[in-house]
Amino acid sequence: MRKTTRSEAELNAAFAPLYPSFTVEEATAQASRCLFCYDAPCTRACPTAIDVPRFIRQILHGNDTGAAETILEANALGDTCARVCPTEVLCEGACVDRPLQGAPVPIGRLQRFAMENGAPSFEAAADSGRSVAIVGGGPAGLSCAWELRRLGHAVTVHEAGRVAGGLGALGIALYKVSTDEVEAEVERIRAAGVTIHLESPVGPSEFTELRQTHDALFLGVGLGDTFSPGIAGEDGDGVFEALGFIRSLHEAPWTEAVVGSRVLVLGGGNTAIDAAINAAKLGAESVTLVYRRDEASMPAYAHEVGHARAAGVEFEWMTMPLEFLRGSGGLRCLRAQRLAMDGDGRAAKLTPIDGAEFELECDMTLLAMGQEPLTDFFRSIDGLAMEGNRLVADPDTCATALSGVFAGGDCVNGGAELVHAVAEGKRAAFGIHAHLGGGS
Amino acid sequence: MNRPSLSTDTCGIKSPNPFWLASAPPTNSGYQVRRAFEAGWGGVVWKTLADEPVVNVSSRYGGLDYDGRKIMGFNNIELISDRTLEDNLREIAEVKREFPDRAIVVSLMVASERERWHEIVKRTEDTGCDGLELNFGCPHGMSERGMGSAVGQVPEYTEMITEWVKEVARTPVLVKLTPNVTDVRAVGRAAKQGGADGLSLINTINSIMGVDLDDFRPMPHVAGRGSHGGYCGPAVKPIALHMVHAVSADPEIGLPVSGIGGIQAWQDAVEFMLLGASSVQVCTAVMHYGFRLVEHMISGLEGWMAEKGFAGLDDFVGRSVPLIGDWCQLDLGYRVVAEIDQDRCVHCGICYIACEDGSHQSIDITQVPEDEFVAAGAGALGGFETSGGARFMPGAGDGYVNVFEIDADTCVGCNLCSLACPVADCIAMVEKESGLPSMTVSEYNAKVAAGELEAIRPPEGHR
Repeated sequence: MRKTTRSEAELNAAFAPLYPSFTVEEATAQASRCLFCYDAPCTRACPTAIDVPRFIRQILHGNDTGAAETILEANALGDTCARVCPTEVLCEGACVDRPLQGAPVPIGRLQRFAMENGAPSFEAAADSGRSVAIVGGGPAGLSCAWELRRLGHAVTVHEAGRVAGGLGALGIALYKVSTDEVEAEVERIRAAGVTIHLESPVGPSEFTELRQTHDALFLGVGLGDTFSPGIAGEDGDGVFEALGFIRSLHEAPWTEAVVGSRVLVLGGGNTAIDAAINAAKLGAESVTLVYRRDEASMPAYAHEVGHARAAGVEFEWMTMPLEFLRGSGGLRCLRAQRLAMDGDGRAAKLTPIDGAEFELECDMTLLAMGQEPLTDFFRSIDGLAMEGNRLVADPDTCATALSGVFAGGDCVNGGAELVHAVAEGKRAAFGIHAHLGGGS
Repeated sequence: MNRPSLSTDTCGIKSPNPFWLASAPPTNSGYQVRRAFEAGWGGVVWKTLADEPVVNVSSRYGGLDYDGRKIMGFNNIELISDRTLEDNLREIAEVKREFPDRAIVVSLMVASERERWHEIVKRTEDTGCDGLELNFGCPHGMSERGMGSAVGQVPEYTEMITEWVKEVARTPVLVKLTPNVTDVRAVGRAAKQGGADGLSLINTINSIMGVDLDDFRPMPHVAGRGSHGGYCGPAVKPIALHMVHAVSADPEIGLPVSGIGGIQAWQDAVEFMLLGASSVQVCTAVMHYGFRLVEHMISGLEGWMAEKGFAGLDDFVGRSVPLIGDWCQLDLGYRVVAEIDQDRCVHCGICYIACEDGSHQSIDITQVPEDEFVAAGAGALGGFETSGGARFMPGAGDGYVNVFEIDADTCVGCNLCSLACPVADCIAMVEKESGLPSMTVSEYNAKVAAGELEAIRPPEGHR
């Protein structure tokens, strides 16, 4: 492992946004393709139900500010979602221009155009006299805060980290969204009157205190540490968390980033893909993604796998890691076992193939096999209901078993898209508003 | 079959094809007309000459865009030729010698004095041009000076000046009509009375193109002020078709017609010819895209004529004229109903909302669970796709697909859904037995009065 050998200019180019911003001409031409569907499939496919035809028509008619307001009306993190949403399987997957013209209206990029060019403003409802504490300044918490503030409630967010935005700010590859871009959204939420305390971790005692001093409380604490698979030798040199690796590129200059020559990424999700592409962009000679099942069973989206292939990432399917081996120079290889797969998807039966053990050379390995739930924290609070390791909340109101305590985002859904966290934060806000007597 | 002949003769003015350039900026100079003839235009109407050149303003043109497409409509406050009569006449003579097979018609406009008209007609015809077009249509600027549409809006003036011209003209005389009148036929009849050999129409329509929302000035503007200008371009075609038909169908007129108004594609030209025009004139589309457009117009017309088995333009010019008449001649016993081809439908809902809010509430919307929809055959939507464990399909969202069905009992057959549908051949208007006899409104009234027929009421069941 060594510091990246790429020049600053090369790195700037490598980590530039995946897609450039639309020009006015591009936005107009693409907006004019929108059919303006009734009860539009794109809106129905959006977890936050953004009125897509409406904001696209606003762009078409030169009303970028109105377009941005339409987006933010439904989704507190409209710019971040425009950049990181898997639109291919959501709004754009539902777009009927696909069968008509072979390609969907580029809704995500139009949404980004509106957010980049509009100057939205909102007025909060009259002060309700009620206050809500939000634990966790990630997408769910920010979304909940934005909606509650607009409904007239006093909102205070407690974020354990140094920046708000959660995985949106630090856990997604830089070529999709930067911390600065997420911070701009946080700033808008702050400007709406939401108080955000950074480096303000909430443990059991703080929880109790917040519950006593506020009319309601929202838990949007996300997930905890990266899952440790328990591979022999995983605690030694050269093995890192993929999320930490992605995060380091947000926090420190790219020119200081450390990367291996031969990098392995263990996992089959979108974080694994982000980490693998980042390693390739930093100049690793080879990047190989190792996954237990076949390509079709990967939790990563097909378009993400396509991006990885385009970046030169290779794949070892149906491969189980056995042991990290080290030599005098540190990490040398991963001993792995080829598996036979019987069936499809997560239900498939995986069996080791006799004699099919092999070594994958590596000097750096990134673990991307999911994150652990914050089970201990939830168990430390009397009255919170759990289902296995997961916190339980009402699917409609996001109410937990504890009166006045609501929850949403990864800590409830176990880890989903950022837009789902935004949707759940919003749903929780309406649940809280109703709980405070404000109607539903 | 032999290649169809596109040659045409409009009141004695012959050209190898019916595509002429209208009197306008593209025919302002010998340089431009040469380029036009080299590109293949069959004729031109030279931009209006006067005995004294005018002075034009800056700026002059305005465009009307439509949801991202440029110049659906166009207007101008430019006047007639601002070049000297001598320069224009010399160039006309030169170009005519170089392109003897093409038609050069010269547009004229002078003050309403007999001698001045006589003088300019004689001098113009000395160039060897093929005909004259009297500009009684220009709606801006010149009309304030008693010329252009100030003449064309008064049948008596139109007749009088046409007579003056015909006293000396040796070539065919077209009178160009303004649409800025209540009934274009009145002026057409006056031109006929004055001895016109043919009519060209329409000239541009009085218009204000727009207002700038930042500085409140009109568009186009001259030092902040504007004036009404002549409107043209694709958006005016239906108005022009109506007026061309009106003069073609009028038994008192019976003159050859050169059709003008929004022609940008060969199909537009054919429509003008089906309604009676033996030649057509183009301006806005050429101002937008250049003279090269004529190549496509010629090949499109030739291809269509060959497909229809037409050897020459006479085989179809005027063919649709008798199909248009008064509303009172329409058949109240005829009925069509919309039919949606569910295999082609992309489930956008445009037909539904158009009918629901804009017409007669005759399309039903049903939320079909997406699994049920796919099990029944996903049609144009193609079925589910998966990626990373996510399942998606065009038209699907929140677990359902909207399915749209026509309520044939309440559908009035208005066409709206089929016009709005973005999918080709998805919604058809299908003839349906109405149970009524074929009858005009007067026949219907008589039958109802005689007790032979119950009064027709709108269908029951509209929401």
